[in-house]
Amino acid sequence: MNRTEESARLSLSVWKRLLPYMKSVRRHFIMALVLMIVSALISSAYPVFTAFAVSAFIEPGQLKGLPLFVVAYFAAILVDGAASLFFFRHSMKVELYLAKDIRRKAFVHLQELSIPFFNKTSVGYLLARVMSDVDRISSVIAWGMTHALWNVGYVVGAFVYMFILKPSLALMLLAYVPVITAVVWFFQSKIIRVQRKVREVNSEITGAYNEGITGAKVTKTLVIEDVMAREFSAVTQKMYRYSIRSSRLAAFLTPLMSIAGAAAVGTVLYKGGLLVGEQLMDFGVLSALITYALGIVEPIVQLVGMLENVIVAQVGIERVTALIDEPVTVADTPEVIEKYGDVFNPKKENWEPIRGDITFENVSFRYPDGDEDVLHDFNLHIPAGTTVAIVGETGAGKSTLVNLACRFFEPTKGRVLIDGKDSRLRSTLWLHSSLGYVLQTPFLFSGTVMENIRYGRLDATDEEVIAAAKLVSADVVVARLPKGYDEPVGEGGDRLSAGEKQLISLARAVLADPPIFVLDEATASVDTETEKLIQNAISRVLKGRTSFIIAHRLSTIRDADLILVVDKGRIVEKGTHAELLRKGGRYAALCRAMQLREEKFSVPELEE
Amino acid sequence: MAKNSAASFLLRFSHGAKRYFALALVLTCGGIVFSFVLPLIVGYTVDTVIGAKEPNLPPFLLKWLPQGGGELSKSLLECTLAVLLCALLSGVLTFFARVCLATGTERLTRSLRDTLFDHIQKLPFKWHTENRTGDIIQRCTQDVSMVQRFVAQQLIEIMRILLLVAVAVIIMFQLNTILAIIATAYVPVVLTYSLLFYSSVASEFLACDEAEGELMVHIQENLTGVRVVRAFGRERYELDKFDEKNEVFINRWIKLGDTLGWFFTIGDVFSSSLLLVICAVGAVLCVRGTVTLGTFLVFLSYAATLAWPVRMLGRILSEVSKTTVSIARLDEILRAEPETEKEGALRPPLDGDIVFENVSFAYGEQEVLRNVSFTIERGTTLGILGATGSGKSSLTYLLNRLFDLEPGCGRITIGGVDIRDIDRFYLRRNVGLVLQDPFLFSRTIMENIDIAARSGDLERVREKAAVAAVDEAVIAMPKQYDTLVGERGVTLSGGQKQRIAIARTLMLDAPIMIFDDSMSSLDAETDARIRKALREHARGATVILISHRISTLMLCDKIIVLEDGRIADCGTHEELISRPGLYRRVYDLQTDSGEEGEK
Repeated sequence: MNRTEESARLSLSVWKRLLPYMKSVRRHFIMALVLMIVSALISSAYPVFTAFAVSAFIEPGQLKGLPLFVVAYFAAILVDGAASLFFFRHSMKVELYLAKDIRRKAFVHLQELSIPFFNKTSVGYLLARVMSDVDRISSVIAWGMTHALWNVGYVVGAFVYMFILKPSLALMLLAYVPVITAVVWFFQSKIIRVQRKVREVNSEITGAYNEGITGAKVTKTLVIEDVMAREFSAVTQKMYRYSIRSSRLAAFLTPLMSIAGAAAVGTVLYKGGLLVGEQLMDFGVLSALITYALGIVEPIVQLVGMLENVIVAQVGIERVTALIDEPVTVADTPEVIEKYGDVFNPKKENWEPIRGDITFENVSFRYPDGDEDVLHDFNLHIPAGTTVAIVGETGAGKSTLVNLACRFFEPTKGRVLIDGKDSRLRSTLWLHSSLGYVLQTPFLFSGTVMENIRYGRLDATDEEVIAAAKLVSADVVVARLPKGYDEPVGEGGDRLSAGEKQLISLARAVLADPPIFVLDEATASVDTETEKLIQNAISRVLKGRTSFIIAHRLSTIRDADLILVVDKGRIVEKGTHAELLRKGGRYAALCRAMQLREEKFSVPELEE
Repeated sequence: MAKNSAASFLLRFSHGAKRYFALALVLTCGGIVFSFVLPLIVGYTVDTVIGAKEPNLPPFLLKWLPQGGGELSKSLLECTLAVLLCALLSGVLTFFARVCLATGTERLTRSLRDTLFDHIQKLPFKWHTENRTGDIIQRCTQDVSMVQRFVAQQLIEIMRILLLVAVAVIIMFQLNTILAIIATAYVPVVLTYSLLFYSSVASEFLACDEAEGELMVHIQENLTGVRVVRAFGRERYELDKFDEKNEVFINRWIKLGDTLGWFFTIGDVFSSSLLLVICAVGAVLCVRGTVTLGTFLVFLSYAATLAWPVRMLGRILSEVSKTTVSIARLDEILRAEPETEKEGALRPPLDGDIVFENVSFAYGEQEVLRNVSFTIERGTTLGILGATGSGKSSLTYLLNRLFDLEPGCGRITIGGVDIRDIDRFYLRRNVGLVLQDPFLFSRTIMENIDIAARSGDLERVREKAAVAAVDEAVIAMPKQYDTLVGERGVTLSGGQKQRIAIARTLMLDAPIMIFDDSMSSLDAETDARIRKALREHARGATVILISHRISTLMLCDKIIVLEDGRIADCGTHEELISRPGLYRRVYDLQTDSGEEGEK
């Protein structure tokens, strides 16, 4: 999914997508290119200085003008150095600003994308796009392109000087350029192909490690350690073959290039030697030409070697632009944005207060990847302040209704009314800002407990934060932490237990004081004491709010105003606890199964 | 980690690679010598062939070259051919050096990867429960690449550059002392310069890495917590925070970039200046007659050859420490003690009674089983009922020796033999355990079922699959038993996976079989069908069934009820429902429901 195949072809239309981002770095980019040309022209002039030294001092055997020569030479070095220095700075800025802008654009878009997108795309995949792909793109533009230009500049410069010094020999050397280029190109494209194989096998190896480690228990029970190791060895054998092939190809380029260089030198030596012998050329020119003959090979190799980076970067561009192009499935209309503002610049002054009365009106719904409706012509009125419990087996599709009510999805047909008005006529942010959402696996951001609770309402004072924590008894948990409210919770809240996280996320939701509450009840086992705290906190929080609970505990379900039983994505039963029990259908069965699961907790009560 | 233990680590995996490395070194040396001879020939040509001066060459080279005074075009042609030959030899030697190096490196990497994988497979189950998968995978991939890069690029590059310098110094001093001193003095100066620079900016690089890490963590948390962000409408807040971190990251690099820019520029100016100094001093020496034009050209060429590698050397040396960190991380895995079996471990027939005698077991501090004793007569079926965390699974892990009983914590015997005396691999092969979570490998269904037995016999696989009530479902798939499952294949339902896992264990034809809640995803009907088929298929086997379903347990010869690591009750179905207790309560609940119980 979402994976773009690597293609070996360059595509201009892909690179064109970068143009909008180039605008802000245009000045730096042009400066970097100009400075690179300056540097290349000076670097390619160094042999001319040597030639001059030979012709002016060594051959005539006199040193007049040597100090001036040294000064001029040194001046050229300094100018070259200055060009390099400023080039480096500009290029660095191109790289960094470009990365910054593309990354920001991607991040902004990620804030706008709808929740379903995140259900089907892994965080790791997105992170790789936003971080490594963006880095790769910007570094190829900033360094790859400019160095390519330097190499071109050097070769062109070298030939210009050679033509000035000795046109006939320069012409001969020029014939080498297409030959060298073709040979390198041939090998490079072969290398690129093998390299792709190497990368493929490499991910196979990672996969094998992953499987070998996660499946270790099964491997042990079946006593197939040796089988697994043998099979793994077959993969590393494959890796070995491809790697060797790839390095052999790369290694083959070396002798080819040194022979090409030697051939060029030989040509100059032979033809030039004859010319010098006939006094038609002096030693200085000969020495310069020899240096050039050796010097032009490397830039050509470098230039062609860039090809691989360019292609890898192109794949990066394709993937990043695919992310940026990903359509926002739940988007506000321009009229709505005009009135209520967008997610980054809300016009809160125009927002109506929300009560939390929700109506499903002839709602049909089908998941984007599904082939049949999971809701068909569904009608339900949830008056403000109602507690709705949704029950069903794992994977039965309990969250569909919640997703629709919260507008994480929009109905395929029909309407969802919030306080009597189609939710699409208000901004998504308006609705989302009125939601309290507590997940089964509560997520905290790295930072302190205080900061995490304050995430619910950013302008809350410390006192208000602590009050919210008290309301849900999170203060009991906080008191146990060494630094109290200033205790860092770790990445994703890793340093706290599931129960502690649950309570803090409840406090966070309470601080926001949302009129609509969504709670995905935890099934994870927490110690009995914390469990009780959470239970009590939930019942306090729900009071007076419209709430949806994806419920796993009998006690919560029993107290709900309305119970919806979901099976295979459809609502199969609807009513209060008493009504549904009397009916003796699916709910009654579920209820008993749940009772069994909770048996462990209820045993002491029965015995007392 | 000390440098020499890093070296011994590398040596350990160099088996079969050492000769390639040695050969690579010799060949590299040869390549360098020829590449240095080439400018000498050019210089000779200029001096002696064209300029008719006294040659300034080592005698062994002179023998091969045309003597001055002959016909110019013929001598020139010979010199040109010598140049080509030199390049060819240098190229060929370098080619083989690189191939040897690559072969050696790949052998080392492969041996490292295989050893790691094999070792990890054989580490005790306890180790696997104590280490995080992500961390281990990261070590096995990234740290291995780090070692690979070190060997392939850095280690050999260091040697190559040192050789380069050594050869250059030897030849240069033979040609001219003054110029040689100038060119040689450059080496330590530049080396010190880059080494000092890289170690002084190490902290700045670290700061950049940290800033990048922070940015990455922010993006990662934003994406992982996307539902929280949306639910609180915190997009603006998140974007502002992102901008701030993005800005810090960029600014750190721009600051470092300025420093780097100066460093590279000074290095460039310095290297170019070396050429200038040699050019100027060389000119003076030439005019005075101490140096020939050819020698002058040779020195210019050598100085250009040395400039870049010497600057690289500083950088490489500063990065060596990173590799020792990677090696230490890998060594830590390899130092963990794998499961082994002692000499003379028994391999008795395992068709006797299974006896648990006063078995206690704890995960660290947490007590899981307390003084549990019971007997399973050969060929009978034992049922176990208990709530989550009551210690059911631990019982099976102990019987399978995934965990070993600590001394003094009771004992488990099969046919009177303590299982600690039985070869653990033999034991596992004869105790077919179907785990709660049916992990399938990403390969075909056929390969999955046949993975332990390796029979390649489709008939037999189908027979077992039929017992596990999954044959029909597989046959209904377009590719049948060749269907690929797992990450890259089709997604199977939890029930299908469980049934394939059951078939896989049945392939072992083990005399003892354990089903650890392994039919939980199946409906009661399929569950009953499988058990019926099993009774006929595996007649005579001793079976342990762990389940939450009374209908699964009721036909067992004996049922034990586990509560908090203790046996709360024990008996047949009839006995257990005739008295109050957990079993009875569960029974009442399930028969009431009209859905779960068997009618």
